[in-house]
Amino acid sequence: MDIFIQQLVNGITLGAVYAVVALGYTMVYGIIQLINFAHGELVMIGAMVAFTLIGLLTSLGVPGLPAVVLATLCAMLVCALLGYAMERMAYRPLRGAPRLAPLISAIGVSIILQHLALLVWSRNPLAFPQVVKTESYALGGAAVTNIQIGILAISIFMMGGLAWLVYRTRLGTAMRATSQNPQMAALLGVDANRVIAVTFIIGAALAAVAGVMVGSYYGIAQYTMGSALGLKAFCAAVLGGIGNIPGAMLGGILLGVVEALGAGYIGDLTDNVFGSNYQDVFAFLVLIVVLVFRPSGLLGERIGDRA
Amino acid sequence: MTELLSCRSVSKAFGGIQALSDIGFSIHEGEIYGLIGPNGAGKTTLFNVLTGIYTPDRGSIVFEGTQLAGLKPNLIVRRGIARTFQNIRLFPNLSALENVMIGRHVRTKAGVLGAIFRNSATRDEEADIEARALSLLEFVGLRERANQAAGNLAYGDQRRLEIARAMATEPRLLALDEPAAGMNASETQSLRALLGDVRARGITLLLIEHDVRLVMGVCDRLLVLDHGEKIAEGAPVAIQNDPRVIEAYLGAPAAA
Amino acid sequence: MKANVQSKGNALLPAWRNRPLGVALVVLALLALPFVLAGAGTAWVRITNLAILFVLLSLGLNIVVGFAGLLDLGYIAFYAVGAYVYALLASPHFGIHWPFWAILPIGALVAALFGVLLGAPTLKLRGDYLAIVTLGFGEIVRIFLNNLGSPVNITNGPRGINRIDPVTIGDLNFARTDSFFGLAFSGPVKYYYLLLAMLVVVIFINLRLQNSRIGRAWEAVREDEIAARAMGIDTTRIKLLAFAMGASFGGVAGGMFSAMQGFISPESFVLVESVMVLAMVVLGGMGNIWGVILGALLLSFLPPILRFTVQPLQEYFFGRMLVEPEVIRMLIFGFALVLVMGFRPGGLWPAAVRKRSFSGSGGGAHD
Repeated sequence: MDIFIQQLVNGITLGAVYAVVALGYTMVYGIIQLINFAHGELVMIGAMVAFTLIGLLTSLGVPGLPAVVLATLCAMLVCALLGYAMERMAYRPLRGAPRLAPLISAIGVSIILQHLALLVWSRNPLAFPQVVKTESYALGGAAVTNIQIGILAISIFMMGGLAWLVYRTRLGTAMRATSQNPQMAALLGVDANRVIAVTFIIGAALAAVAGVMVGSYYGIAQYTMGSALGLKAFCAAVLGGIGNIPGAMLGGILLGVVEALGAGYIGDLTDNVFGSNYQDVFAFLVLIVVLVFRPSGLLGERIGDRA
Repeated sequence: MTELLSCRSVSKAFGGIQALSDIGFSIHEGEIYGLIGPNGAGKTTLFNVLTGIYTPDRGSIVFEGTQLAGLKPNLIVRRGIARTFQNIRLFPNLSALENVMIGRHVRTKAGVLGAIFRNSATRDEEADIEARALSLLEFVGLRERANQAAGNLAYGDQRRLEIARAMATEPRLLALDEPAAGMNASETQSLRALLGDVRARGITLLLIEHDVRLVMGVCDRLLVLDHGEKIAEGAPVAIQNDPRVIEAYLGAPAAA
Repeated sequence: MKANVQSKGNALLPAWRNRPLGVALVVLALLALPFVLAGAGTAWVRITNLAILFVLLSLGLNIVVGFAGLLDLGYIAFYAVGAYVYALLASPHFGIHWPFWAILPIGALVAALFGVLLGAPTLKLRGDYLAIVTLGFGEIVRIFLNNLGSPVNITNGPRGINRIDPVTIGDLNFARTDSFFGLAFSGPVKYYYLLLAMLVVVIFINLRLQNSRIGRAWEAVREDEIAARAMGIDTTRIKLLAFAMGASFGGVAGGMFSAMQGFISPESFVLVESVMVLAMVVLGGMGNIWGVILGALLLSFLPPILRFTVQPLQEYFFGRMLVEPEVIRMLIFGFALVLVMGFRPGGLWPAAVRKRSFSGSGGGAHD
């Protein structure tokens, strides 16, 4: 039972991070029907920038928590700029091109970002500077760390903020209008290009925060961390219903829990034929099952064939 | 006259909106049958139901004695109904000739092994595909354009090419979705002649059209839809004087 | 029916017929190449062999991406399947030593089976889902290869499989050096000729497929899926066929890879490799067989060329190596994908509208 609660706690924490990353995928997809393969790399760059700055700031004598906050803000800014730049240079010129084109371009961007990161930070992982002391609390037989609580709190705060932005502000209305019917939105005076750019910027800033969170959870950040995380977050977005913001949140948490419980129990379930080293397979299995049986996802509407 | 296609109480709803309710009509062999109605009347929905893109919620569609409701589009083509699209859907990067050759797909059968080894059966089939495609291009007056990319053809030529491509599937019923849309007067005139030629080949025609003058001039009988319901069916002259039709078109039947 | 059609549009490379001398020169050059390369070092023969292997892979992926317009991001998984099928059936790992001509078709079939298993549930979906599912599939295959070393040792895990049998035909062992006509044929040189022969067959099959009823149906699906369906094409089946064909080519290439290297491990089948093959297809020209070959050759020779230039140049100018050739290679791949899509979507050598020659037309009679 303890293992169950422990894995549940771990799963929810990790799931919250997936959810934040999944939001970036879902927002972009909702608005221009593009799978932004490079989104995972933004998470990685967010983590790398933040880690570097935290190290720098603390060495200058800035105390722990302010250093983390300041570094995260800088990382958000860097990622937002990158998000804007990739939209402008790699995707906007391809609007109206065949569907394959922006996808291929997105893969290109992903490779470029990954290897630029390699150039800047080398192959070696960056360790998370120990600026916040990890403390552990008992919760019904499981241990919860302050880092986990922080991750969960920040995720909830960001999801709430995004929900407010999308459903309660003028900008959010413009975003929703553009995603439903771009021509109509344009007729009503919505500048689609601006809305799309803002969507990329918001998604990228969220990715940066997610990067800091996942980096602090595992204690390290490396130039390769983005692609696997991005893939899983995408699976989460599809699970919830791609293009659907509450769906991304739900999908993220669910995927995190499935993964954690799966990793905890697969050995018992399969008589140790499969071990926890198959953890990474779960996300894809979930993805394939969802796509086969309910392609619209848990909360999604039926997706029309917008060919 | 024998019935080629007969629909009985066909209904289709999207969400809460009843796009088609209880539509019944039949198309006779050899005629040109028109489908008209104001915007949002359900014409395109009916068209998509007939060609298998949508499955009707209720009702039956019988074509030459077989039930079509629920069949996938490719099987409906095999049964003998071909279509064109309102917003032309050619294969733009392939040549005009190859566009028509693709129309032969459903009537030919060479598979991977045939393609690789190109035995005599496959060679004959290929030669036949090309010959028929060429003669269809000739029929719609595009033979000289055979090797041009479909996407680069003039607008009116693209419409004609779409008709040739649909005819390559050897349809018994050819369904045309607004073939005159975007055409100028002389293009419409020659389209009208082409429709007559198609009919002369023994192909029955179903026509959705906004150009009421064309419809009245070319169709033998008409079905008028409004708000998903059938409001009239009959010969053009009768339709023109039908008060419900006039009402649906806001009293201006000839100017819609 | 007055059109007197001769199906010359179907002919394999009609342009070749007009230039017998050119063809002869190309054939001669290709036959002499390994001996010229061997002069520069056997390494270059090996590099060329790998390049041909990647041409084979690219031509397989071109069926999926270029002909049928399906984005497959896990293509290398089929290569892996072919490679492992060969390795398991021709190595001391299980003590099985089947001949290569028996294993290659098995590898092709198994890879095609995997393609169908993956494609059947997903090909009904929209293209971009397919991209992500194939990407996931590629990773799953690699994870399984990595972990199926225990409890039952099937793949030997991350350590990979060693001492894989080389290709042997009768007494001819491709791992040894033989001499014919007073010329020494080393192992790599023999593999070169074998690969060249396979390449000719694969190009032939590709050309035949492209100019066939099936090939046209693939292109119809690529151009407009809804219109293709309206032409009576069973789009799900025809896409599945493209997937299976592409996969089987990958399987054959994988088998050859196993035989040539003598050692394989999951390391060789990472996502980057899938991306690289995709970059070859896209850069060369999706849908154009000759363009794809060009793209594959360019990007295959890029790493060794970078290794031989970038490293010494950097050491000369900066005294040490600042940027690894590997990183430069990946950056070039990335930029190639983005720039080609932005500025030259058809690739370096785009697919042209196929012109057919038929008598009595005003059109040109060239391909």
